Amino acid sequence: MSLSLADVEHVAMLARLGLPTEERERLREQLSTILGHIEVLNRLDTENIAPTAQVLPLVNVLRDDEARPSLSQEAALANAPHTRDGFFAVQAILAGTEEESA
Amino acid sequence: MSSTSHDRAELTNLTVAQAHTLLDERQISAVELTDAHLSHIATVDNRVRAYIEVTSEGARGQAAVADARIARGEAGPLTGIPLALKDVLCTVDAPTTAASKILRGYRSPYDATSVRRLREAGAIFLGKANTDEFAMGSSTENSGFFPTHNPWDLDRVPGGSSGGPAAAVAAGEAIAGIGSDTGGSIRQPAGFCGVVGLKPTYGRVSRYGLIALASSLDQIGPFTRTVEDAALVLQTLAGQDPNDATTAPETVPDYRAALGGDLRGLRVGVAQEYSVDGMEVGVQTAVDAALAQLAALGAELVSVSLPHTEYALASYYIVLPAEASANLARYDGIRYGNVVEGATLRETYERTRGEGFGPEVKRRIMLGTYALSSGYYDAYYVKAQKVRTLIKRDFDDAFERVDVIASPTSPTVAFRIGARTDDPYQMYLADVFTIPANMAGIPGIAVPCGFAEGMPVSLQLLGKAFDESTLFRVAHAYEQSTDWHRRRPDLAREPADLASEAAD
Repeated sequence: MSLSLADVEHVAMLARLGLPTEERERLREQLSTILGHIEVLNRLDTENIAPTAQVLPLVNVLRDDEARPSLSQEAALANAPHTRDGFFAVQAILAGTEEESA
Repeated sequence: MSSTSHDRAELTNLTVAQAHTLLDERQISAVELTDAHLSHIATVDNRVRAYIEVTSEGARGQAAVADARIARGEAGPLTGIPLALKDVLCTVDAPTTAASKILRGYRSPYDATSVRRLREAGAIFLGKANTDEFAMGSSTENSGFFPTHNPWDLDRVPGGSSGGPAAAVAAGEAIAGIGSDTGGSIRQPAGFCGVVGLKPTYGRVSRYGLIALASSLDQIGPFTRTVEDAALVLQTLAGQDPNDATTAPETVPDYRAALGGDLRGLRVGVAQEYSVDGMEVGVQTAVDAALAQLAALGAELVSVSLPHTEYALASYYIVLPAEASANLARYDGIRYGNVVEGATLRETYERTRGEGFGPEVKRRIMLGTYALSSGYYDAYYVKAQKVRTLIKRDFDDAFERVDVIASPTSPTVAFRIGARTDDPYQMYLADVFTIPANMAGIPGIAVPCGFAEGMPVSLQLLGKAFDESTLFRVAHAYEQSTDWHRRRPDLAREPADLASEAAD
């Protein structure tokens, strides 16, 4: 399995990972090698095997729908780099938005 | 209350059970025990580097409260016991970093359930112990801050990802440690450092407040000097938690009641597949001797087959990165963590994540994102989940015939620092015997079983889901019939080598 630089750049975009050029090339090589090892799985016929997402036999774990104490707004915002008026502040994402956001 | 009859070396060498007895009989105080550990940490941790943050003040405060509780006659088994917490467990009174620059300085607004349970039991937190960044690694070299050194040989790794708490317990810097195990991250470092390490059944211990790596694989468990201590710590950690819907409703048994007795009538499975290329002779020799010892204790050794073992590593390295890439999407510099501003929101995300995460974390996010991306999801992710079913079935079939399965914990002893950092796949092979248990959700315990090249060798015992009691019974019988668990590394030696170690 060999990835191209374009593959690496596409996946980095999906993952929102900013990668310098030399790091992209290194990742291209390393990921290609790892994916090569993973190809061993193709030796197994899994046509009629159900996938396992998690191992517990639990289903529909629910609780009563009632309000419980939770974090205060202040505690929830305490680690945020930018807040405004009791909210998390983010940069504008729509062109032409005039409000200063962060 | 203070006594001169217990010196520092003695106090930092106790088991949980021994310390509890001394505290309960007022032969020592929790403050004295805590101070002995803090003083020992001050002496040796510049070489071992087990801790990211030592919380001296908080520990002394907890110790004073523990002493008051002991004085009232309300001491539980963990009251006044000094612990090291892997820094992926959220604590309100100390920073929680996952050893990542992206979380440096982060203060959790809540305690992990496991931390809360330990706190309520009166345990003392000496500090936050080192780990590979976001628990991704097998050597603690991927820590975003500094590597931890193996107390048995400071030029070698302590294993990982929970290398910090493992090294702390081995070096006398804590009586017990708490780690997390996603593919071996408790058992493998326990083995490399010559201590006991337990990965409980998936769902036995709440993951609430554990910084998530792979949510279907992660489990919290103890590092201790004896099997009895592991049983005592699990007793406090285990149980259903309304804050973690994946905790199981099964009753938590009295684990210590399982200890004692011989192993007559017990069937120990030995799998041919747990013998791989690259297995060190010294490891094989020590593990073969341990199997013979189990037989001498009355157990019947039974050959079993786990035919899909060779596929476990490959399927794990799809399932884990896929889940990790989703879990780590939350680190975007908006709600918490460190931010690197860009001209646009998109650029802020990319710079924050690109500069905040280390190389292994980026590698796994990339691998996981790729495996989940359009066009590859079925070929990689669903395929790996199907193989996971086959691995689980292997264990289901084997446990029809045996009570536990024995193997080496790792194919090698602790390797040298730097030896595997250039080849990620070589590093992944360190976990080849531990990964299948996480894929199947079953419990596993690592117990010291000898030495090779002067380094500890470890026996792994795997059990049926929710049958930690049988693991404790077998591991305890083995341990009590050998002396390996009494060996301690000598950190007083080699002062000439220390200057370079301290320079990290």
